Amino acid sequence: MSLELTDLSKSFKEDKVLDGVSLHVPEGKTLVLFGPSGAGKTVLLRLIAGVIEPDNGQIKISGVDVDGVEPEDRNIGMAFQNFALFPHMDAHANIAAPLTAQRQDKSAIQSGVQTLAKLLKIDHVLGHKPKELSNGQKQRTALARALAGKPKILLLDDPLRNVDAKLRFEMRLELPRLLSDQNATVIYVTQDYKEAMAFGDEIAVINDGIVQQIGIPEQIYLTPANVDIARLFGDPVINFLDVRLQKDAAGVFALISAKRVDLDASYSHAVGKDCTLGIRPESVLFVSQDHESAVPVTVEAETPLNEKTVNLCLTARGREIMASRPSGTDGPENGPAFVTIEAANALIFDKETGALIEPYKTTAKGKVA
Amino acid sequence: MQTTSTLESVLRGIAITAIILFFMFPILWIFLMSFQTNETILRVPPSLFFEPTLTNYRSLISGRLEGSTATLEIRFMSNLYNSLFLSVTSVTVGLILGVPAAYAFARLKFRGSEDIAFTLLSFRFAPPLLVLLPLTIYFQQIGLADTYGGLIWVYQLIVLPLILWIVRGYFEDIPADIEYAYRIAGHGFGATFRKIALPLAGPGIAAAGLLAFIFAWNNFIFALVLASADKQPVTVGALAFITASGINYGQIAAGIMLSIAPTFALALYAQRYLVEGLSLGAVKG
Repeated sequence: MSLELTDLSKSFKEDKVLDGVSLHVPEGKTLVLFGPSGAGKTVLLRLIAGVIEPDNGQIKISGVDVDGVEPEDRNIGMAFQNFALFPHMDAHANIAAPLTAQRQDKSAIQSGVQTLAKLLKIDHVLGHKPKELSNGQKQRTALARALAGKPKILLLDDPLRNVDAKLRFEMRLELPRLLSDQNATVIYVTQDYKEAMAFGDEIAVINDGIVQQIGIPEQIYLTPANVDIARLFGDPVINFLDVRLQKDAAGVFALISAKRVDLDASYSHAVGKDCTLGIRPESVLFVSQDHESAVPVTVEAETPLNEKTVNLCLTARGREIMASRPSGTDGPENGPAFVTIEAANALIFDKETGALIEPYKTTAKGKVA
Repeated sequence: MQTTSTLESVLRGIAITAIILFFMFPILWIFLMSFQTNETILRVPPSLFFEPTLTNYRSLISGRLEGSTATLEIRFMSNLYNSLFLSVTSVTVGLILGVPAAYAFARLKFRGSEDIAFTLLSFRFAPPLLVLLPLTIYFQQIGLADTYGGLIWVYQLIVLPLILWIVRGYFEDIPADIEYAYRIAGHGFGATFRKIALPLAGPGIAAAGLLAFIFAWNNFIFALVLASADKQPVTVGALAFITASGINYGQIAAGIMLSIAPTFALALYAQRYLVEGLSLGAVKG
């Protein structure tokens, strides 16, 4: 079943939580809703589930407007961020809840619960009440409950948020397979860009109740629509440097610590503008010697970050730059060093609005698009 | 690990004993009085040693009050029955009406819901006597005066706001997500109320029911004005112990023992729920 949201808005008192959200998830696809806390992601899921009503806008499931359709009639499975298990029922009864609602007979319920429990490795704790379960088991029980009714639409509200790092890692590997087995249309909410990249056929970045960008994961990472998205997407976080684009006979460039960083000529329309230069830490490279585009920095600290090692550097004017490189490769000593910036991967944002400035692309006709 | 010193635990023991003595002494004294005759009760100085007698209980149960000069018929047992019937029925009616209403006030934010809830609470602000005078006249006009039905109705003034406000708090404490989850799983509004909200608020409902029962049981003024002898509860019926020939302390004591027995037993039984009710927070999240 496909899911289509049109111009959804919702306010609580004066507080506008969602403002004109439109999304389309084709049947069997996974859309990741990505955004910081308070962005309106959970509210959006609740609107889809039907437990709260939108102020205006339309929700269509399989092309049918579900306005006024009660949550129990929407054929939706939902896993809550706080699990929301029924505390007075054991894990078995929790998982069986959608099956009892469908009035399945006892043996069907029994086998349905068992199959899911085995799959999620919680079959040994089915007799336990939620408070006797570990966080990981709670999370799996909640997931099993969401899946049990074989819903055609699955809403997962940051299900890995409250589980420990090891389980999160395991589930990141298991979940995509589990979801594709279900053949359901999935909306997956997360604040973790790695989860977003791993799970999403598409990612919708939502912030302040507005969908700021929709695209495939690579697209969001490579061309984030604004400064906020660039900052949220990536770890270690992207470097921002305020620059003014300049132009001379050799092309477009920006000055960092009086050193020239050459940019693509297609940015010539932004020359003279105050811009924010976004540089991913992996595009900051240490070089052994000073040359005309090597920026002098002082290496302040080194932090190993799993497969990456990150160096915190300060420019001559005291601006922080992070540089990351694969762990195990040679790095600089703390103290003075030089870095170059891979300008091809640099992102340029309008300093005033924060919006991405796209390079002008010349079409075959030689006109700007 | 030993965290308290011997001195500390001894002092604590003494303090606890003192508190228990302070609160339990009147009850204990009444309990002892109920097994004595008026003569042994009134002797100076009082003594803990006496020949126990069951005459007080016997006369209460048989309904014949043996005074020093004459024999008086009293309806203690039927009063006790009235108390039980009125309290149980009032609390039952109160729960049937109050619990769903409390759920509505907790979960459905409809226009004026706060005002209605507050109005119900405000019934408790009015001095009962002020309400009773007009009520008596109306009840006489519509034939509700001196009926169980009328009394139970008036008792709702005591019982309903109490149940409503206590239970509402318990419903509000249940995370809405738990109910949402049950709805999304495919169960209707009614099933969610029965299978999720009711069991989770159970300890709260038990606590509210118990408190309401005690308040109804102890009510005096409504029954005094609105009920005649054969509908009177034990609180009003106790007035009969003050007779022309004096006050029979032994029988009053026995009457007290009999009339606190049901609430006492109920409180003991429901203690478990009260404790559970207080630890409801543990199920969140």
